[in-house]
Amino acid sequence: MICREVQELIHGYFDGELDLVRNLEMERHLHECAACAGVAERLRALRSGMSGSLPYFHPPAGLEGRIRAELRAYAPHTRRVLHFGMRRQWIGIAAALLVAVGITWQVPRTKPPSGDAETLAQEALASHVRSLMASHLTDVPSSDRHTVKPWFNGKLDFSPAVNDFADRGFPLAGGRLDYLDNRPVAALVYQRRKHVINLFVWPAPREPDSGEQQSSQQGYNLLHWTKGRMAYWAVSDLNAGELETFTALVRGAP
Amino acid sequence: MGIAVTAEWTDLASISFASVSQESEVNQSRVPDQTDVARFEMAVLPHLTAAYNLARWLTGNDHDAEDVVQESYLRALKFFSGFRGGSSRPWLLTIVRNTCYTWMRRNRMEEPGLELDEELYVDSNSPSPEAILLAAARGDMVRRALEELPAEFREIVILREMEGLSYKEIAEVTAVPVGTVMSRLARARARLQKLLGEANPSEGRA
Repeated sequence: MICREVQELIHGYFDGELDLVRNLEMERHLHECAACAGVAERLRALRSGMSGSLPYFHPPAGLEGRIRAELRAYAPHTRRVLHFGMRRQWIGIAAALLVAVGITWQVPRTKPPSGDAETLAQEALASHVRSLMASHLTDVPSSDRHTVKPWFNGKLDFSPAVNDFADRGFPLAGGRLDYLDNRPVAALVYQRRKHVINLFVWPAPREPDSGEQQSSQQGYNLLHWTKGRMAYWAVSDLNAGELETFTALVRGAP
Repeated sequence: MGIAVTAEWTDLASISFASVSQESEVNQSRVPDQTDVARFEMAVLPHLTAAYNLARWLTGNDHDAEDVVQESYLRALKFFSGFRGGSSRPWLLTIVRNTCYTWMRRNRMEEPGLELDEELYVDSNSPSPEAILLAAARGDMVRRALEELPAEFREIVILREMEGLSYKEIAEVTAVPVGTVMSRLARARARLQKLLGEANPSEGRA
């Protein structure tokens, strides 16, 4: 080996990445060549200097708990037969959920939805917030309804009505697959100035048509209705009046 | 149950580690349920410290690091069903790294893609090993030198020196060829040595 080769490979040698043959050649060369041996010596000095003084940052207390809570909130709560070893943990989660529900129960609302709608409102809101956070607002970013609608084909067992209301100030921004009420649903994303509206749609074969039920949680407005055997949830940080203008457009569309 | 868990864990560790790139992030086949979450937590939460350390070094502050790590875990859960087993640490670090860069771009922080353009192979002006050790012993000198490196050199030093990843694993995490990993490490180390040598010129040439 000549010095130039050695200096190209010396990091691989130093990091234990060379094959046996080259490793031996390298050792032989370093034994004979003071200049290259000096290079290796400096690398060793750098490593020992780094290991002694570089801080390894540890996560703050509480981060792990917050992550666990977020992960569990993300997955739908399926009914399954649980192994007994898991039960203790599940009882803990159930207790935490009960406490959470108990707390939110105290919060006064404009028009509290009831029963299942309560849970769905929470789920819809959580999905909305997540869609803004995780830079995963749309799977199919397009303002063209003829692009968005076919995209859902094969991904859902129904075909949602997709309309663009750009001319009325609510342009279509795209579509996304989401999961609500223990089933995959269509999420249509609309924009109003800087605000985002998530419109969740899925079949509700046993529910009669209903008027809009309005609620607000944590600064977000939610509107829910059923029409033509489909359930609709619109969620946004937009003010209630403008959100109603939007839902009127959706309801009036073919 | 104990046996069941062990078997699951072994499965997870023995299946070969699929190349982790943006591609596997797209492989988001189904929505995870609570059982997936339990599996996920067991396999991936133990690497929280490594995830946080990388995010903290790349973003440069605690607040962003926390947000990035939290977002990374949620993304990792979504992609977990596409994860083919193997070592979950490089897999998680890939997601953390990508989330960091997305985050930095979104918040107009440091742009990745800077180059160390100096000729950084060994020259006669390299500081002596003693000078390097002396400078390193002086409090946060090494830390500041590392912080001054462009992100794509910094990340390789962290993955190699702090996480002990192999060149192949680093190549997967950073989505560059193994040869590039080695040349970046070489340039990063030369730059660190130089910065440390400049830090105490009097002792440097003594």
